[in-house]
Amino acid sequence: MSASTRRTVFLIAGAGLLALLLYSYAGLPDFGHYRGPYGDILNRVSIPERQATAVVSAVNFDYRAIDTLGEEFILLAAVVGVATLLRRLGGEHEEEPDDETTGRHVPSASVATGVAGLGVVGPTVLIGLYVVVHGHQTPGGGFQGGVILATALLLVYLADHYSTLRRVGPMWLNELAEGLGGAGLTLIGISGLVFGGAFFENVLPLGSMGKLLSAGTIPLASCAVGLAVSGGFALMVSEFLQQTLVVRSDKGSQQK
Amino acid sequence: MSFLPFAVAAWVLVVGLYGIVTSRHLVHLIICLSVVQSSTYVLLLAIGYKSGGSAPVFADQPPSPRAVDPIVQALTLTDVVVGTTVTALLLAVAVQLNKRHGSLDPDDLHPLRG
Repeated sequence: MSASTRRTVFLIAGAGLLALLLYSYAGLPDFGHYRGPYGDILNRVSIPERQATAVVSAVNFDYRAIDTLGEEFILLAAVVGVATLLRRLGGEHEEEPDDETTGRHVPSASVATGVAGLGVVGPTVLIGLYVVVHGHQTPGGGFQGGVILATALLLVYLADHYSTLRRVGPMWLNELAEGLGGAGLTLIGISGLVFGGAFFENVLPLGSMGKLLSAGTIPLASCAVGLAVSGGFALMVSEFLQQTLVVRSDKGSQQK
Repeated sequence: MSFLPFAVAAWVLVVGLYGIVTSRHLVHLIICLSVVQSSTYVLLLAIGYKSGGSAPVFADQPPSPRAVDPIVQALTLTDVVVGTTVTALLLAVAVQLNKRHGSLDPDDLHPLRG
């Protein structure tokens, strides 16, 4: 099918789809007039039942924690998929990140980039940890904090060199974090089954609202997810960098 | 005016699909898929919104019935993470396709080759 035929076919089908979507959305409650009771109920009971002030995190790590577990395994599957797809294939070898012309090293980052980059690595890690452990109180939680933590690793690469990235965040460490996070979240779920009556039941003491150690299993689940997300994202980023910088075809460079 | 966010959600979805259908480059196609997916963020958040609503976080404000729906926000968060991982997986596929076929144009990829 030629490009213009394809475009024409899509324009007709797309116009139909748009019309159907708009028609169906028109049946929803008007924007700004939320009707469903479920969200309102959770907003009301989150503090009395769980001592958690961030209701979104309470939903993610307690009320609907089983969804988060499923999502965790989607992340795991995707990370395994990326690692498998970007492995070193037969007919490829790894070499030190060099310029394509032999003997010319990749220029290292400028001093200004290095100082500024390394200077913000510490604060980035601190912010990431803060966001992870305060998930039950303020906006944030394991997902957001985990991504911030993975960013810290990228800053190391930006500020210095690929080999430094490998040294401070080796693959095995990322894999370990991803695995431990996933296993931790599963264990929190099972502990609800063992010590309570249901999967992901909140079996720990709830403490009082506003304290760091409160809301039972919510901060623990947040930390487990933070571990898994930071490990998973760091692993994926590392795989792509490795593919771009280190893995080379044996037959010389066919592509640029 | 109250229908605008829903119209935006529908428009973003169709525009993303248009990009996918007419794409000449796999990376462009994957980004278009992300665009399609972001229409669900708009739709979910629009469903949970209340006029003059506040965030469903009660660390510095007393719980109020004006707070918006936390569930759609949690779903959106899930959606963002899943979207990112899917994008990463597809980009990895694109990297290997480029190695094997030396091309990233979807029209150059024939099912019986390779």
